[in-house]
Amino acid sequence: MGFFIETLIGGLMAGMLYSLVALGFVLIFKSSGVFNFAQGAMVLFAALAMARFSEWANRALGGDSLLLANIIAFFGAGLAMLVVAWAVERFVLRKLVNQEGATLLMVTLGITYVLEGIGQTVFGSEIYNIDVGMPKDPVIMFESIFEGGILINKEDFIAALIAALLVGLLTLFFQKTPVGRALRAVADDHQAAQSIGIPLNRIWVIVWLVAGIVALVAGIIWGSKLGVQFSLATVALRALPVVILGGLTSVPGAIVGGLIIGVGEKLSEVYIGPMVGGGIEIWFAYMLALVFLLFRPQGLFGEKIINRV
Amino acid sequence: MFYRENGQFKTTYAADQQIFTIAQDKWFVLGVIAFAFLVVPMLADEYMFRAILIPFLILSLAALGVNLLVGYCGQITLGAGAFMAVGAYAAYNFLIRIDGMPLIAALLLGGLVSAGMGILFGIPSLRVRGLYLAVATLAAQFFCDWAFLRIKWFTNDSASGSVSISELNVFGWIIDSPTEKYLFCLAFIVLFAIIGKNLTRATIGRQWMAIRDMDVAAEVIGIRPMYAKLSAFAVSSFFVGVAGALWGFVHLGSWEPAAFSVDRSFQLLFMVIIGGLGSILGSFFGAAFIVVLPIFLNQFLPALGSLFGIAISTAAVSHAELIIFGSLIVFFLIVEPHGLARLWAIAKEKLRLWPFPH
Repeated sequence: MGFFIETLIGGLMAGMLYSLVALGFVLIFKSSGVFNFAQGAMVLFAALAMARFSEWANRALGGDSLLLANIIAFFGAGLAMLVVAWAVERFVLRKLVNQEGATLLMVTLGITYVLEGIGQTVFGSEIYNIDVGMPKDPVIMFESIFEGGILINKEDFIAALIAALLVGLLTLFFQKTPVGRALRAVADDHQAAQSIGIPLNRIWVIVWLVAGIVALVAGIIWGSKLGVQFSLATVALRALPVVILGGLTSVPGAIVGGLIIGVGEKLSEVYIGPMVGGGIEIWFAYMLALVFLLFRPQGLFGEKIINRV
Repeated sequence: MFYRENGQFKTTYAADQQIFTIAQDKWFVLGVIAFAFLVVPMLADEYMFRAILIPFLILSLAALGVNLLVGYCGQITLGAGAFMAVGAYAAYNFLIRIDGMPLIAALLLGGLVSAGMGILFGIPSLRVRGLYLAVATLAAQFFCDWAFLRIKWFTNDSASGSVSISELNVFGWIIDSPTEKYLFCLAFIVLFAIIGKNLTRATIGRQWMAIRDMDVAAEVIGIRPMYAKLSAFAVSSFFVGVAGALWGFVHLGSWEPAAFSVDRSFQLLFMVIIGGLGSILGSFFGAAFIVVLPIFLNQFLPALGSLFGIAISTAAVSHAELIIFGSLIVFFLIVEPHGLARLWAIAKEKLRLWPFPH
């Protein structure tokens, strides 16, 4: 029983991390109808920027204060994501208004290549570390209830907390601020939003920036866990089932989907994996999402699709 | 001036329904095919065959298959690489497990198995559509990646996980030189292109297009969505599976599951979209673009660097390649979202009027 719960908690925490990446997808899809494959590349780019800025800032400060260096690096990386958001809007999206979904999807794949190339040219292509002082040692909890207790990774726990905090902030941002309201208006109807004076171009920059910041946070957490390297870009592929399971347009969907996928993956790997030779995590997530889709084609919390002739 | 249909009268229905109703088109295409069969083998050298022509031919076949599904039936797929893998591994198993299995039969059977998988993974398309479906087809990709890596039976229990084909023997004709490989692939591609073109002109192709344009309306006028969608998945996967088998057998010779990774799926979708959705010709344009561009960049960038006296490291070159490749894709999609085939159509239209302005 203890082992089961331990796996469950591990899955929930991994799920929160997937949710972080999935959030980026949802934000951009919601407001511009673009299925942004470049989210993974953005995570990589942001993490690379963070790692290198922090290294450079630390050297410039003479290694005195890691915290200060990290704060500088965070803002530096945020600035880099602003540049990315602006460039994407200015050079790509603005020219592709009203194109089909498939074309936009392909464009973001093009952006993926560009971001990966630029990121590695500017910041280098070795493996870097992000050290934001996250505790690495695991703790054992609930020893009184279960024999042997439950092993919990402190790092994962903090990451999950940060993810939850970010989701709360985003929800507030979307529901309560004027900009958030404008974003939702744009998501509903581009033309109507424009006709009441919402500047589409600026909104897109803002939303790509927000997605960039989410990518940055995801990049920091994933990066400090696994190291910053090229494979970080593939977390996007891990997060895709989360997005479709939760629904492409739903922020809470990304969270719930992440938790379901995280738990499903871990449990399947531990309990079914050994029977078939292991390594089933990645396709199991997709199959799980598929099964959910068969019952709810628009995802758990997606908007219901109504087809008219 | 020369490209006119003036004076070409059709007196029978058969003549009116032929593939190329304009004589110039027909002769041009026949000329290109003759050129490919007769002249290219004399001109091209071994590098040309290995690095460009054979990959181009096989990938155009795969792109053609993807185009039938994405361009004609409107079902976006990101799992084409998986179906290539299924075709390749199925053909491999048919060839080595059954004594005296002819090569061509093995390739086609590989395609059939792939078609079966296509139907299986096409079932979600009956419920989900659009981008949800695209992500759902990734399930096929990751499942196949895993299956060919972990299930030893598929790879004939080879220790390294890679499989290889010792010799290609078509009824006593041993295919080993690049020229022969090229001709073998070319024959396949021409045949399949004709089949593909005719399918899209027939009832089934029209049903696919009706489903693509609006599936609810198509259903109302009596097209069975299940039949249309699944047949599109089956035919598309058959084409892609045969292409995968050719890729493994003829181009690679020995291969691992990584040869058919998710990158391959993206690449195929790129070809279709850059070439032109819903165009047989576009598949060839797209394949040519995606095959030639990286090779060109690879050769061109260091040369450009040395021209300015800058020695570019290989890592920098590969990164620059990524950047240029990505920007070109974005550029093409912005300039012509309907693909290269559309540019071709515009050129033909202009040629028709030439030398007059209107």
